[in-house]
Amino acid sequence: MIRLALKMLFGDRGKYLLLVSGLTFSTLLMTQFPSVFCGLMTWTYANMFNSRAHLWVMDPKAEQSLDSKPLRDTDVNRVRSVAGVAWAAPYFQGTLQARMPDGNFKLVTLVGLDASTLAGAPALLLQGSLDELRLPNTIITDEFGLDRFSEGQQNPDGSPRRIGIGDIIEINDREARIVGVAKTRRSFTGGPFVFTTYDRAVLYAPQQRKMLTFILAAGEPGLTDEEVCRRIAAETGLRALTEEEFRWSTIWWYVRNTGIPFAIGSIVLIGAIVGMLIAAQTFHAFVLENLRNFAALKAMGASNGRLTAMLAVQSLTTGLIGYGIGAGVASVVLRFFVRLGKVGVYTPWQLPVAVLGVVILISGFSAILGIIRVTRTEPAIVFR
Amino acid sequence: MSDSPLPSRPAITVRQLDKSFGEGDARIDVLKRVDFSACEGEMMFLVGPSGCGKTTLLSIIAGTLAGDAGEIDVLGQSLPRLTRAEVTAFRARHVGFVFQQFNLIPTLTVQENVAVPLLIQGAPMRTALARAQESLARVGIPEKAREYPGRLSGGQQQRVAIARALVHEPRVIICDEPTASLDRENGQRVMALLRDVARDPRRCVVVVTHDPRTYPFADRMSEMEDGRILRVLQTPAEIGAAHTEKL
Repeated sequence: MIRLALKMLFGDRGKYLLLVSGLTFSTLLMTQFPSVFCGLMTWTYANMFNSRAHLWVMDPKAEQSLDSKPLRDTDVNRVRSVAGVAWAAPYFQGTLQARMPDGNFKLVTLVGLDASTLAGAPALLLQGSLDELRLPNTIITDEFGLDRFSEGQQNPDGSPRRIGIGDIIEINDREARIVGVAKTRRSFTGGPFVFTTYDRAVLYAPQQRKMLTFILAAGEPGLTDEEVCRRIAAETGLRALTEEEFRWSTIWWYVRNTGIPFAIGSIVLIGAIVGMLIAAQTFHAFVLENLRNFAALKAMGASNGRLTAMLAVQSLTTGLIGYGIGAGVASVVLRFFVRLGKVGVYTPWQLPVAVLGVVILISGFSAILGIIRVTRTEPAIVFR
Repeated sequence: MSDSPLPSRPAITVRQLDKSFGEGDARIDVLKRVDFSACEGEMMFLVGPSGCGKTTLLSIIAGTLAGDAGEIDVLGQSLPRLTRAEVTAFRARHVGFVFQQFNLIPTLTVQENVAVPLLIQGAPMRTALARAQESLARVGIPEKAREYPGRLSGGQQQRVAIARALVHEPRVIICDEPTASLDRENGQRVMALLRDVARDPRRCVVVVTHDPRTYPFADRMSEMEDGRILRVLQTPAEIGAAHTEKL
């Protein structure tokens, strides 16, 4: 009977395609937009991803990775003096304008690292050498930075010019020579990362009384990061978070304080509702159209349980096919987005599982409407 | 008109059956103290004007509708005493249906449509399809097995419906206006086919019709009017007279 149920479904090509299209569309929306949301959220803690520091120490009022509530430079030593701290290093972060060789300005996220240890430097350098950061007026940027800096640059003959190692830009009227290109995760603010030493970064940045954005640290072996954070907070009065805690603190800050989750959430909700409406409406129409056939099956001795199983299989099959196509299309679209590099994309494994759950719920809802209709139908209607 | 010997063992017995629809002022008494019987090896016709209650009686005999009061025995089984699930199982095993609108599922092949009663009983697909093919051969259209119902003529579709009604060897065949959607020639063919089916001495065929051209195929005929059995025509002569009178 299950095979016949599927033939009944596939045979009604118009409704079958409409059902699958609705669920495909719904799956696409429910997968694509949360993936973009998650991608954007990964950009919010890009500095943590790039720095790979275990512990982040900050002003007690700081909440997220772009929060600039500067500390005193002496706070680094206070953290170093906490029992159980293996090392601590200053970390500057700020958004500045960089002047290109052609006089144009670009926004950059300037990161200043401890000159002696270069703690917090990006893990992967595509070109150049990290050590050259110790030379005067040097910076390392990322691939996105090269792309961004090269926009509008021309050779003397008018051909497009690609900015690269050895080129000089200006930050706050100070020379900055590119000595390396790193692979980094993009920043939420949209500017490319520019890495230099802490001392130089505070020269590049407009002067304030306090310049230190974060302190990167690590605990002694044998101590948990949480324990070291607790000790730092207790002894210095500063806020100390593990990388994971800081990451989630940052994400939740964006969830609470920006309209992004609402905007994305409303699209996802619309996707789910539209999918549910199309699926429920079409499946109901399919059931109504086949009501006499179902009644005939009942008359011939098919039990309500068997008809329920048939309808459930029909609805679930449509759901799974719609989900499969939708997830496939979403994967292609998201790959395209990744290739464009304009949008952050991240699909945690929980997302497709959750979307599958929603699609099964939608299919189940559609099936239940059909099942109620069919089980309440008297087989005697076939004689009318 | 049939010249077969009159049957004797009752397959269906209905006594003092009442059935009404609606409540209060809207209540309509459709069946009023109806007595009815049909025997094994018999082709029993149920005739009467539209709205006289014959389809309701047929539905109750088939177990697709419950009566309000009265006794309904089918193959020795009292239907009112069975649970809903038992009635459903009883129908699946013992009752075959031929509907006015054929009720073939358009997206299934002819062979799959015929196999449905066996699949409902839980037969494996391969077995069900093999027996469906035999049933199609029995009604003379084995070559149509792979076709879809929509590509068949009305007469062929009704043959498929008869093949479906026979495939699980039921002892009671319920036919609701089997010729209503057919032209005269196809109607006669279908009735001849049903007449052959009814020749099985263990089988009972009950036909609801208001097509007088089919009367000659009846062994007996119950005439209904206004929810009651008016008379039962027992002999070929009586049925012949009714046929002439209606025509």
